[in-house]
Amino acid sequence: MTIFRHEMKRGALALAIWTAAISFMLAVCVFIYPEMAGEMDQISDMFADMGAFSDAFGMDQLNFGEFMGYFGIECGNTLGIGGALFAAILGISMLSKEEKDGTAEFLFSHPVSRSRALGEKLLSMLCSLLILNLAVVAACLLSALIVGVEVHYGKLLLMFLAYFLLQVEIAAITFGISAFLKRGGLGIGLGLALGFYFMNIASNLLEELEFLKYLTPYGFADGGHVINNYSLEWRSLSVGMALAAAGIIVGFRKYLKKDLS
Amino acid sequence: MYAIKTEGLTKYYGKTRGIEKVSLQVEQGDFFGFIGPNGAGKSTLIRTLLGLISKTSGQAEILSMDVSKQREEILSRIGYLPSETALYSGMKVKDALALSARLRKADCHSEAEALCKRLELDPERQIDRLSLGNRKKVGIVCALQHKPDLYILDEPTSGLDPLMQKEFYAILKERNEQGATVFLSSHVLSEIGRYCKNAAIIRNGQILACDSVERLGHTGVKKVQLRGARETPTLEGIKDVKRENDTLSFLYSGQIGALLEALLDLAPADVSLTDPELDEVFLHYYAKEEM
Repeated sequence: MTIFRHEMKRGALALAIWTAAISFMLAVCVFIYPEMAGEMDQISDMFADMGAFSDAFGMDQLNFGEFMGYFGIECGNTLGIGGALFAAILGISMLSKEEKDGTAEFLFSHPVSRSRALGEKLLSMLCSLLILNLAVVAACLLSALIVGVEVHYGKLLLMFLAYFLLQVEIAAITFGISAFLKRGGLGIGLGLALGFYFMNIASNLLEELEFLKYLTPYGFADGGHVINNYSLEWRSLSVGMALAAAGIIVGFRKYLKKDLS
Repeated sequence: MYAIKTEGLTKYYGKTRGIEKVSLQVEQGDFFGFIGPNGAGKSTLIRTLLGLISKTSGQAEILSMDVSKQREEILSRIGYLPSETALYSGMKVKDALALSARLRKADCHSEAEALCKRLELDPERQIDRLSLGNRKKVGIVCALQHKPDLYILDEPTSGLDPLMQKEFYAILKERNEQGATVFLSSHVLSEIGRYCKNAAIIRNGQILACDSVERLGHTGVKKVQLRGARETPTLEGIKDVKRENDTLSFLYSGQIGALLEALLDLAPADVSLTDPELDEVFLHYYAKEEM
């Protein structure tokens, strides 16, 4: 597991910064909830009556007056976007950075099979996402405990699971793309993550674009569906996990035969 | 037994030629030089042997193992120094050396320490702050610390000062005397001439000549120097004519008798006939190819 340990060490600082930033943002969201709770009845009605804007962000489906409704929109967006960007950066650079920095020659002139190297890199990527999410869950639960809000733990953890799977999907797809790149590709990774986010908004806004919900991971991580149904949208999840598996398989197939510079 | 054996090894990058039908044999225990200018295909051959790039056609074996089937076994017995040493940033020298050893599942601590001492490399220094020469030294220790059976070194002395070059070759000579094979790619002909037993010359991806360094020097070409001669003899087989002060020098590849007759007419004050230096031989092979 030398490559796994090496990757974890290399990515430790970025992981710490992203974890701290997202945890802090989520904690702030939780801490300001009691301040807003008194005015929530009016805010909730107002948010629900904002027409297309409400539809776009799923605010018509959630009750802002309850913590879970508030969490599904405010906190969900923080983790949804922040986590997706981290996952995209992690995935898109996982393989391409070796050629970009010229270290592929160093690594693969050692007796290490490419499949093993890729397996350990993939594991480190998933581990980083797991660490980020566990820390974020801990920060959120601790903040909720301090503030004393009523939490539906099952729904809350299901939301976190959905966001974790969303990050896994984005990381896996960008990992696959990374195998084709020789020079970075940060723009592609970030563009893909934000593209998925806007696909979900478009699918909420226009009926004829509703099918996009099944192509973007934000479809199965939709706060309104998860909190109201206490389940993940399985069709979107199935497509998402299939895309993640395809990203990993394509990445392996490409990289195992790639000429390394 | 051969340390390296290739048969018609060819690599094309799309339509661009890398190496073409390279057949080469390097015996175990040899100190072998691989000579060629930039872009000739030296690094392509090395990268194909290491499995970093895949061959288009042909066969390649290292230590009697197929490079496309037994890559890991081969790499565990090789020490490779690339022409440009790229290392992971944010590490200390000792961390990079330890990482290389761990990737080989080997404990190289004491050998790494000894090599660092000989090459005057501080293991506590940050990689990011190292000069080009010191980065090269880290690459050298990574390639040597596990005492492999075969050393594949691509332009190993670029960036090293003359004293370090001398120490580096002293270490290589010791390893070679202990039975290891050294395969050294370079365009610095003097180091090939000084240290290698056998050598191959590559150009445009093809091997032009492969022989002992001594025999490569005996090409039937003589280096002729004439002091006090006013003009160049009118003979076939004269190349690379140079005049410096009152001395005329050229390479001659014809009959010695004809040369002596021509020299009688010119009546030079002094004459010297020697075997050419390796760099002149190299030019001879290249000129021959161009004709």
